[in-house]
Amino acid sequence: MVNSRINTENLNLWFGKNHVLHDVNLSIYDKKVTAMIGPSGCGKSTLLRCFNRMNDLIPETRIEGRIMLGEKDIYAPKTDITKIRAKVGMVFQKPNPFPKSIFNNVAFGLAIQGKYSKCDIHSRVEESLKAAWLWDEVKDRLHSSAMALSGGQQQRLCIARALANSPEVLLLDEPTSALDPQSTAKIEELCLELKKSVSILIVTHNIAQAGRISDYTAFMYLGQLVEFGKTEAVFTVPGDKRTEAYLTGVFG
Amino acid sequence: MRSYKEKSFQAITYITALTTIVLLMGIIYSLFREGIPLFGKVDVRSFLFTNSWYPTHAEPEFGAWALISGSLIVTVGALVIGIPLGLGSAIFISEIASGRMKEIAKPVIELLAGIPSVVYGLFGMAFLAPLIRQWFHLDTGLNVFSASVILGVMIVPIIASMSEDALSNVPKSIREASLALGSTKIECIFKAVIPAARSGIIGSILLGFGRAIGETMVVLMVSGGSAQIPRNIFASARPLTSTIAAEMGETVMGDLHYQSLFALAILLFAITFITNLITELVFLKRSFR
Repeated sequence: MVNSRINTENLNLWFGKNHVLHDVNLSIYDKKVTAMIGPSGCGKSTLLRCFNRMNDLIPETRIEGRIMLGEKDIYAPKTDITKIRAKVGMVFQKPNPFPKSIFNNVAFGLAIQGKYSKCDIHSRVEESLKAAWLWDEVKDRLHSSAMALSGGQQQRLCIARALANSPEVLLLDEPTSALDPQSTAKIEELCLELKKSVSILIVTHNIAQAGRISDYTAFMYLGQLVEFGKTEAVFTVPGDKRTEAYLTGVFG
Repeated sequence: MRSYKEKSFQAITYITALTTIVLLMGIIYSLFREGIPLFGKVDVRSFLFTNSWYPTHAEPEFGAWALISGSLIVTVGALVIGIPLGLGSAIFISEIASGRMKEIAKPVIELLAGIPSVVYGLFGMAFLAPLIRQWFHLDTGLNVFSASVILGVMIVPIIASMSEDALSNVPKSIREASLALGSTKIECIFKAVIPAARSGIIGSILLGFGRAIGETMVVLMVSGGSAQIPRNIFASARPLTSTIAAEMGETVMGDLHYQSLFALAILLFAITFITNLITELVFLKRSFR
């Protein structure tokens, strides 16, 4: 039996009058990779952004239902959003390093928490860069600008930056869609390594990618979670016609 | 026929651009032609660094240090007031204000830039100076402090508008990255957005500096006008610009006093030229990043 790290209970979301997510019940299991697939505009990214409350930035967002991170409801009124976001790291579609040094990018989350000594920060930065398989490529130029890195390296830097906060969950929003095949392969392999220590939820447009790296797959369509289950099961015997149609490329 | 139009249009723009450059070069040339001869009679060092400006005495002295220090102090004072107000407004408009507020606040602040400087000067003389005199129990309110306040307000729109552009141009992805790492909104603004907009903000401050040090009318009207090194912020000062404006009428063309005012103009030109050069370099660096 695997434990779930995040549970959503009857999650509904509106942007203004637009009902975007309908009664979503989804579990993200501990130390597994869960992939979210579905056609553009089906609400995958919106759902992903519910888990670290990034949708709060969009005015007129309304949410009903609960999202439990462990024992905590992350939408409970007194929740400290910054703590949620430190525990639930996020990597975006386009690599978005700060125009700062490589070191300061990774140290950013630790520095703003203000509770770590310089020495701690140094060792955590090194650990995180190693965990994101970037250390060997950048160890000699930690203090040069992150903007000089290649796209794939920048994306791994963003992963390292998220890992520095020691998150419980890592949200990846189409992390490889802006990358070349080689960099993509590297990040996929990295996901398989990272899941030993962190739960991963990845949104992807690439069905093959979902098949390669995920343990569980969620198929979303028109704001509904149509199907959720073990990846082998969803891919071999889809329970819903729409899932089958999407996987076989009838629509997309 | 069309190619003829095309060619003549190109020729016209070429001529206008050339005219502008020739005019500017002419101004710079005459500045140096009239000003440089002074240094045949007055040592450059003593011109810059001695403190005795008596151009009309029987034995005239041309030590401009008091005027230079007057300019610098008033300008620094203006920056002390203008930077916080300008940056604060920029941060408010770009990061805090919601859509409607933003649409109103930015044009209103930019409107300040359209007020003629003589109106600022008038306001300073008629309203601010008497107030300052009363509040601080001074003999006169026409002093460094009043001039700095007025100049500071004058450069607010420059700093606010340019810094706001710089802040707004920071991509949303940078803000998202910062917030997603658990920063508060304030931390996001100060640790992620402002550093990313740094070059634009520095550029706006340099431009504000150039505007303040070159401003004539306000300091002529409000800074008091005595050619001494200001001992404190309530002392009177006589910046370079107001010296030129006030004394030019008394000079005889070609005499030492006349030349000395051109020398002051060269100095002023050099300061603003270097400031603009630095601003350009800062922006150039940004576009290469």
